[in-house]
Amino acid sequence: MADLRNNHNLAPKPSFFNDPKVRSIFYQLVVMAIIIAFVYVVATNTAANLAAQNKSTGFDFFLQPASFDINFTLIPFDRTSYYWEAFVVGMLNTLLVSVIGVIFATLLGFMLGIARLSNNWIIAKLAMVYVEIIRNVPLLLQLFFWYTVVLKAMPGVKNSFEWFGGFVLNNRGFSFPKPMPDETFNLVFIAFFIAVIGAFALKYWARKRLEQTGNRFPVFWASIGLLIAFPVVVWLISGANLAFETPELKGFNYKGGLTLPSEFLALLFGLIIYTTAFIAEIVRSGIVAVDKGQTEAAQSLGLKDGDRLRLVIIPQAMRVIIPPLTSQFLNLTKNSSLAAAIGYPDLVSVFMQTTLNQTGRAVEIVFITMMVYLTLSLITSVFMNWYNARVAMVER
Amino acid sequence: MKNKIVTIALSAAMGLMATTAMAGTLEDVVAKGYVQCGVTTGVAGFALPDADNNWAGLDVDYCKALASAIFNDPDAVRYTPLNSSERFAAMSSGEVDLLSRVTTWTMSRDTQLGMNFTGTMFYDGQGFMVRKDSGITSPSELSGAAVCIQTGTTTELNAADYFAANNLEYNPVVFVDRDEVVKAYQDGRCDVYTTDASGLAANRSGFADPSAHVILDEIISKEPLAPVVRQGDDTWFNIARWTYFALVNAEELGITSANVDEMLGSDNPSVKRLLGVEGDFGASLGLSKDWAYQIVKNVGNYGEIFERNVGVNTPLALERGVNALWTNGGLQYAPPIR
Amino acid sequence: MAKNNLAYVRTEIVPESPAPDLSKGIIGWVKNNLFSSISNSIMTIVGAMFLMWVLPPIYGFLFGNAVWPGEGVTVEDCRAKGAGACWAYIDDRMTFFIYGFFPKDAYWVTQEGLIASIMTYWRVNLVFAVGTLLLVPLMWPDLKYKLLNSILFFVVYPVFVFFMLTGGVFGLEEVPTVKWGGLTVTLIIGLVGIVVSLPLGIVLALGRQSKMPIIKTFCIMFIEVWRAVPLITVLFMASVMLPLFMPVGMTIDKLLRALVGVSLFSAAYMAEVVRGGLQALPKGQSEAAASLGLNYWKSMGFIILPQALKHVIPGIVNSFIALFKDTSLVAIVGIFDLLRATQVANLNLDWASSNQAITGYVFAAAIFWAFCFGMSRYSIMMEHRLDTGHKN
Repeated sequence: MADLRNNHNLAPKPSFFNDPKVRSIFYQLVVMAIIIAFVYVVATNTAANLAAQNKSTGFDFFLQPASFDINFTLIPFDRTSYYWEAFVVGMLNTLLVSVIGVIFATLLGFMLGIARLSNNWIIAKLAMVYVEIIRNVPLLLQLFFWYTVVLKAMPGVKNSFEWFGGFVLNNRGFSFPKPMPDETFNLVFIAFFIAVIGAFALKYWARKRLEQTGNRFPVFWASIGLLIAFPVVVWLISGANLAFETPELKGFNYKGGLTLPSEFLALLFGLIIYTTAFIAEIVRSGIVAVDKGQTEAAQSLGLKDGDRLRLVIIPQAMRVIIPPLTSQFLNLTKNSSLAAAIGYPDLVSVFMQTTLNQTGRAVEIVFITMMVYLTLSLITSVFMNWYNARVAMVER
Repeated sequence: MKNKIVTIALSAAMGLMATTAMAGTLEDVVAKGYVQCGVTTGVAGFALPDADNNWAGLDVDYCKALASAIFNDPDAVRYTPLNSSERFAAMSSGEVDLLSRVTTWTMSRDTQLGMNFTGTMFYDGQGFMVRKDSGITSPSELSGAAVCIQTGTTTELNAADYFAANNLEYNPVVFVDRDEVVKAYQDGRCDVYTTDASGLAANRSGFADPSAHVILDEIISKEPLAPVVRQGDDTWFNIARWTYFALVNAEELGITSANVDEMLGSDNPSVKRLLGVEGDFGASLGLSKDWAYQIVKNVGNYGEIFERNVGVNTPLALERGVNALWTNGGLQYAPPIR
Repeated sequence: MAKNNLAYVRTEIVPESPAPDLSKGIIGWVKNNLFSSISNSIMTIVGAMFLMWVLPPIYGFLFGNAVWPGEGVTVEDCRAKGAGACWAYIDDRMTFFIYGFFPKDAYWVTQEGLIASIMTYWRVNLVFAVGTLLLVPLMWPDLKYKLLNSILFFVVYPVFVFFMLTGGVFGLEEVPTVKWGGLTVTLIIGLVGIVVSLPLGIVLALGRQSKMPIIKTFCIMFIEVWRAVPLITVLFMASVMLPLFMPVGMTIDKLLRALVGVSLFSAAYMAEVVRGGLQALPKGQSEAAASLGLNYWKSMGFIILPQALKHVIPGIVNSFIALFKDTSLVAIVGIFDLLRATQVANLNLDWASSNQAITGYVFAAAIFWAFCFGMSRYSIMMEHRLDTGHKN
């Protein structure tokens, strides 16, 4: 051993300039210097330009009144509110449309991906045509298109579709009754919470029973029933007193209740339709990637089609699906920024357009907007990495 | 080979960058041989590609008048389409020499942005358009209405002010693009569409059934639309301002692009001074003696520009109204040349 | 052997009888693919009903009731009740959709006929023609001289495009970039994005795999930041902030700013695609290269990258598709690409009718679709070609 080490030391030492370590440090220093020089030049130029243009800088504008209105807000907002509130409104609106969009696009994407592999020729071809058309047209164009179509297809206020006396659909959006809970309604929330625990307990018990007796228990339907029935029963016992504020036609428009404006619906619709096509392809390739032997093995075990997909194929396909799925979720969130084009007040529309126009703080506002998206993307990645680790193959 | 490519690439890149000395815009313009004019990305009557894919409109004609005064060539202009959020940045960075882009003259813009407004090319005011069958006759009946607005404009703030001042509720539906706003109103997304009255007329004329919509008489704001130059260059400011005055004076004196050559022989001293037959007022602007003659010859007078782009015989069908000459009861007034 | 002459044993093979009627031909196909089970039949019926509900109105709008260009067709035909797509409007504004504000050739504009209409915009058309001539052999897998072809397309061609379109040399009229528009600009942004983002993406991907911590950190930060933000914020930054970054008094061309934004953005995505290819290569390849005494650049250039890039050609083409679709976002910062040209043409009062906007959008969508679908088919074809021999 000692000899070997000695031999190693005897190897010709490379000259100073050819030493990989020295070179590596040198290259890095050069890159570092270039970056620093670049940042320095940009910073001084910006400062000089801002000074030449007599523009004020800083983040103090956050505490000035915004003096514009927003038509869809999750928190109270009017023209006397501050810019920071406008920022929060925009961010919440972005989050809202992204979260709902992700949920629906995932569900529909899975269905469509499975449909593409369907034995039924019509269904498979329909799914294929859908995917090929939607994937190859820019989203911005689709959003313009959908917005036009949504507005054209929906009736005006006077001719709204009305269901159950409180659900109203017209070209202003979708209105529905707003629950006005009182104190006793807290009991219902508690009941729901208990039902959730009960559902988990049921699942645990059903698995035990399956392992011991081989008998199946319809956990899914039972849980759903439990989650709905128990709170309803508690609500009825507690006096069934939940008031609803229903939308009513007053003057120009329906007042009261909660309203999702058409811009929200069009954006959501467009994002879901677009992302669904991509998720469908991911799901399809994930399923195709599962070895055919798995399907055959599952069939030979006598599993039904649904069980085969749910218990054997999908869990294995998930490993292939998760990483690209994550980037689709992020894409959807980022694409929601196109809201500005069709008038949905998301972060870019409220903050980077209206606020920037009025305050002129370009550098600050663009920087903050980018930080928000960066943070959202980091959070999503962290969560999906955690989930990915959970479903990763357990190698023996 | 490699070096050559790099050289070509560099020179190509440099070709797309331009250094402008901020001090003398006129010298720069003369040196490069054209005026770089910032226009809208598309407003019918003010700046829109015509059937030959060339920019046309009231704002565009002002740029042409300016180019005529300097070069005796109405086509010595390059148009940069700018949307409302870019326009002032493009001005202050020197990307454009002039902004002729339906921009409202306000105090804060005049004082805080380092801009100068040259003179009101078009007096406008914000109005409302509603459907006829809604039976609305006054904005005060608009409580609870959904209002279509373009964002990033004074319109948005005026609407907020108006509805707050009159204690009315409203529901703003805002868009970046003007055409999206109009489409949303047409499709019934809003009860009301609000923008400058000229814009309302322009848009209504494009509707399938214009008679089904009414523009309410009440005007809720003053919107003087004026060309903009950078602060601190008085020579350029004077040229831009007197180009506008020359247009108005020409109309007042009855000089049109058709009769301008005859008018050279006119006995009226005001006409003689304007057309450079008597005195040399062009020199004080740094221009040739016949600068105003060139403007009228190439582009016409203010009235001609108005009628050609937005007047009663165009799809916009606007009356002169407040944009008539002061002699006809309007607001267009220019100081005399003497 | 005579023993085998048993009466109950056949001496000749039974002739093949045709398959039962129910499992062959159209009927068999229908049975197997549409009505193999009850649930399958229900799905078939639902699908067919859906088609019957959707197809007739779409056909009516696009073809049946559409107003086609022709003698005496005016905007009044498009305004008529029940009229479908107003193709006459598209035909009338076609040059604007394709060439934007690009100046017409003064001589040819006065001439008549097909040649005249091609020559009116001969500079742009020549650029299109040369591009096609270079691109087709480049994409044809069996042809040789790929290296020369690539150099011509990726290096020489952009320079040619630049001088051909801007002019100002060789007696060509100078055309500023603000006069470029329509499909021309869309294709230019796509081309420049591709030409810049591929090499930049490779460099970033190599940097990310590098053992030098500073370079690695820088590349990771660069890639992750660009990938995390929406393109619209990048373009906004390019249009509002980039002028601030330049020395006082210096301006950059509006189109160039958008090009910088789009290229950097797609380079970050490209880097991740290339990284996928690098990671898929077995480590033995780089070890083998090292054992041959190749230095870093040689081993990358001759051993690693050729294999890695070949693996990810489909991914690269997919990035190109995404990039091409993303070019439509420059419409938001006021550049007259195909989408913006469509929107502005939609404002044209001479053709104002209730179907004007939808017709314009359908037309733009069809063009985008044709390009993207073509690219995606190409990527699938390459995938199949490259796949042979790797299947287990």
